Order: sequence, then structure tokens, then C-alpha cells
Amino acid sequence: MKCQKCDKPATFHITDLVDGKPNELHLCEECAHKFLAPSADDASQVVPSMGALLAQHLAVGETAEELARLDQRSCPVCGVTFLEFRKQGRLGCPHDYVCFAEDLEPLLVNIHGETRHVGKVPKFCARGAEEQTQLIRLRREMKEAVAAEEYEQASKLRDEIRKIEQTRDKANK
Amino acid sequence: MDFSNLNLQELAQTSGEWLRGSGPESDIVISSRIRLARNLADFPFISRATDTDRAEIGKILRGRIETLHQQGKFTGQLIYVDVSELEAVDRQFLVERQLISREHADAEGARAVVIDQREQMSVMINEEDHLRIQVLKSGLDLGSAWEQINELDDHIEARVTYAYNDRFGYLTACPTNVGTGVRVSVMLHLPALVITQQIDKVFRSLQKINLAVRGLYGEGSQAQGDFYQVSNQITLGQSEEELTKKVADVVPVLIDYERQARDFLIRESQETLHDRVSRAYGILRTAQTISSEETMHLLSSLRMGVNLGLIRDVAIPTVNKLFVHTQPAHLQKLTGMELDSSDRNIERATYLRRHLSGEAPKAGQN
Repeated sequence: MKCQKCDKPATFHITDLVDGKPNELHLCEECAHKFLAPSADDASQVVPSMGALLAQHLAVGETAEELARLDQRSCPVCGVTFLEFRKQGRLGCPHDYVCFAEDLEPLLVNIHGETRHVGKVPKFCARGAEEQTQLIRLRREMKEAVAAEEYEQASKLRDEIRKIEQTRDKANK
Repeated sequence: MDFSNLNLQELAQTSGEWLRGSGPESDIVISSRIRLARNLADFPFISRATDTDRAEIGKILRGRIETLHQQGKFTGQLIYVDVSELEAVDRQFLVERQLISREHADAEGARAVVIDQREQMSVMINEEDHLRIQVLKSGLDLGSAWEQINELDDHIEARVTYAYNDRFGYLTACPTNVGTGVRVSVMLHLPALVITQQIDKVFRSLQKINLAVRGLYGEGSQAQGDFYQVSNQITLGQSEEELTKKVADVVPVLIDYERQARDFLIRESQETLHDRVSRAYGILRTAQTISSEETMHLLSSLRMGVNLGLIRDVAIPTVNKLFVHTQPAHLQKLTGMELDSSDRNIERATYLRRHLSGEAPKAGQN
């Protein structure tokens, strides 16, 4: 999809309220910045969307250099880069909340005004969650090993995956 | 006891319990809904999931829910629907029915929904998150909606490991849902606030207290038929009960505003209001071809007219049902035919005439 104000690809999708009616806007990063820096009066009329919040956060937060460095960082479990997250507004796996924790915090303050969960806690398996997240990494590494024809490594990984899966299935019986 | 098969033709003849207009404050509050976003710990979020991952997630969740069903953890029959196998019209039908999101209908890849026959519960599999659990109630009934969904979530959580950490709570694909993963929303019918042009003011004050306002079908949708969904914007840093209470507390205020606006219209311009309502009723009963937008607009006036006692020979559940049954996919399911837009407009007018001019059986039947 192209930006509605210029010809670059639209990466920000904003819902603006015009006379109480939602109006969809599709903008590139540059035009979104311009659009999202309105006068103080107008600010309250913009429905905060993911893109808007990210743009606001980044406009005040980082210099271009810092941002470029941050964008290159990737999650060791799923491989998603911070840049990909910024473009899509979607994270790649649960571990992103661990490896990007410090970078996500300012964003969470923007969205929620808070950075700590208060509320329901899973009764049974909160403890095993982080260990199980490692399955995502192992499956990815196995796929890569197969692609690279490193079959010995792939079979080692497969055994490791099976072991964790079996423990998981036993716990969930 | 297995999942029963989905028969859309049959489902189209009925309406979900949330449309019965039986809950508290149901003249203004159509429905109360709570949804929870959950993910499995051992799979990537949907945007990074491979086809194999999606198929595996679907298989695991289907199996777990089936087991719970066999153990009698759900009330009534459950229907499992493989959304990726459905025709476009059938997916649209489930959207009109509020059982799946527009995003879930339009997406690609392995995805499903489990619904109960009373249409109070739906569980979307592989939507934006692996699991989107929803409970839908008629009228203003958030307390029991929360109780029901919380129990459901406990049952599922006993059988899978959710992605969760102590710091950020339930982990979701989009950081706007992280923490509780809860979206508490109430659908309101606010025609008098629209007529008196106070609706914008109301929205602005809701936004100031971090509540979002959306149209009938969620994010980005137009406020058709003067229906508005009010929901929490924040999901982190407050408990589910606090978030539910925040929405529950503001709804009586909105109901009060709407009632005041209705009183004002009756007091200051009863003839104009009565005329508007009667004309709407007249067109709905006599039109030969009518668009979906015009139908929604006129049904909104009719609904208010019935609630104000200006129209006495139509029941609210009938009007509620017409809002849903005159939507494009419903019309096609009810007639059992594929219809283009102009044929739909003719069929819609016929359906409305049949249900509003005394030719059809009384409310509650078809």
C-alpha cells in the first residue's frame, strides 16, 4: 500500500476521528511524523494507534544513530529485528519481551502509563513458560541445520526438542 | 461427545442470545463483551509462525478444547469451525454474527474458531494471537461475563503453557494488549446523542480517561446504526477487575446522557422526532429495494421509537434481529442463494416488509 501523501510505501496505519467518524489514514514514516506532531489542541482528537505511539516515542526518544543501532538488534529465539517490529507493530515471540525489555519499556509507558503487570497470574505453569519458549529457538535452529545439511546437529536438536515436548505433554495431561 | 458440525443455514434462522434484548439496560446497551488474548509459550507469535507452526498450534488447541468439552467444562454443544476452509460469504456471516473478527475472516493460513451453540462464547485460534477467547452477553452484564471467561481461561490454562512473565504478564503479539490481555467492551445504541450532536463531546471525554470508542465491527469500522463500542485502551498495570470496573462505571453515565438527550428531544421537538421515527418505519415496511446503510440508519430510528413508546407494534428483539439478518452474508444464507449487491437490496427490502408488516409470525420466530 502506498502512502496517501507521497509515493513511498505506507508503514503507518492511523485511525483519525473526524467529527466523531473514524477515518483511515495510510502514511509513510515521514508523513506520519508530520501528521502526528499537531498542535496541542488537536492531539486529543487523534486515536492513539500502535504506529502513532511508536512514532511519538521515537520522535522524542532516540537520535538517528541510536535508532539505527537499536534497529539492527535481533531476538536470539525468533530472529525478529527491532526494525521489523517497528515496521509491523507486532513482536515475533514471547522472548522479545525479555530481550527487548528495556527498549519496550518507554513504549509501554506511552501506551499504558505503566510497565508492570498487575492482575491475573496463571495458576499452573507460569514457571515453565520461559523454558518452553526455548523450543521456538531449537525448532528454528533445527530447520536451519537441515537446510545447511548438518544432519548430525539437526538430530541432536530434534532429541532436545522431543525431551522438552514430552515434559510439557506430561505436565498438561 | 465430539464437536458438532456447523450448519450455517440452520444458524442463520436463529439469533444469538446476546440479541434477545433481555439483559439489564437493554434498551440502550446491546451487549457486553470480554475477550482475552493468550499465546502458547513454545511457539512464535503469528507474524513469525511458519505454516507448520500454525497447523501445530491449531492441532494442540483443538485437542485441548475437545478434551475439556468431553469433561463437561463447557455448557452446551460446541461447534468447531475451520475458518480457512470456509467460503468468503460464510466467513462474513460469522463476522456479522460477532463470532469472529474481520481480521480473522480476511486473514490467510490455518485458523479456526470454536463457538458454543448459544453464541455466548467464541474462541478464535490463530488470530493476531494464538488464542482469542470471547464471552458475549445481552445488555449490561460485565460481571458475569468476567466470571465466565475467567473460568474458561483457567480450564484452558490447566492444559497448555501460556506465554507469561512476571514483569509484563500475559505476552501478546502487539504490546497494546500485553499484561492482562483483556478487552472489556460494551456496545451501546446512542441515536439521541447523535441527533443532538453531543456524541463528539462524549467521545473526547472518554478518550481522556483512556477508553476507546469504535464502530459496530471493531477497529476502524464506521459507527453504523448509531452503535458504538466503548472499551478499555490500557491492558497493563491494572487488574482485570479494575479494568472491567472502569468500563462498567462509565456505562451508566452514558446511558444517563442518552436518556437525557431522548427526554430533551421528546420535550422540545416531539413532532419532529415522532415524524422521523414514523417515516423510518414507513420506509422499512414499504421499500422495494434498500441498501444496508439505509437499513441500519432507519432501523436505528425505529429502535429508538420502539423504546420511547412511539411505535407499539414491533418488539425490540425483532428490531435487534433485523440489524443482523439484513447484513449481506445473512441475507444470502437466509435465501440460500448467492446475491449481487442489487439483488441483495431487493431481497433485503422483501425481508424487512415481511418482518415488519404483520405478514410474518410474531417476534422471536422467523
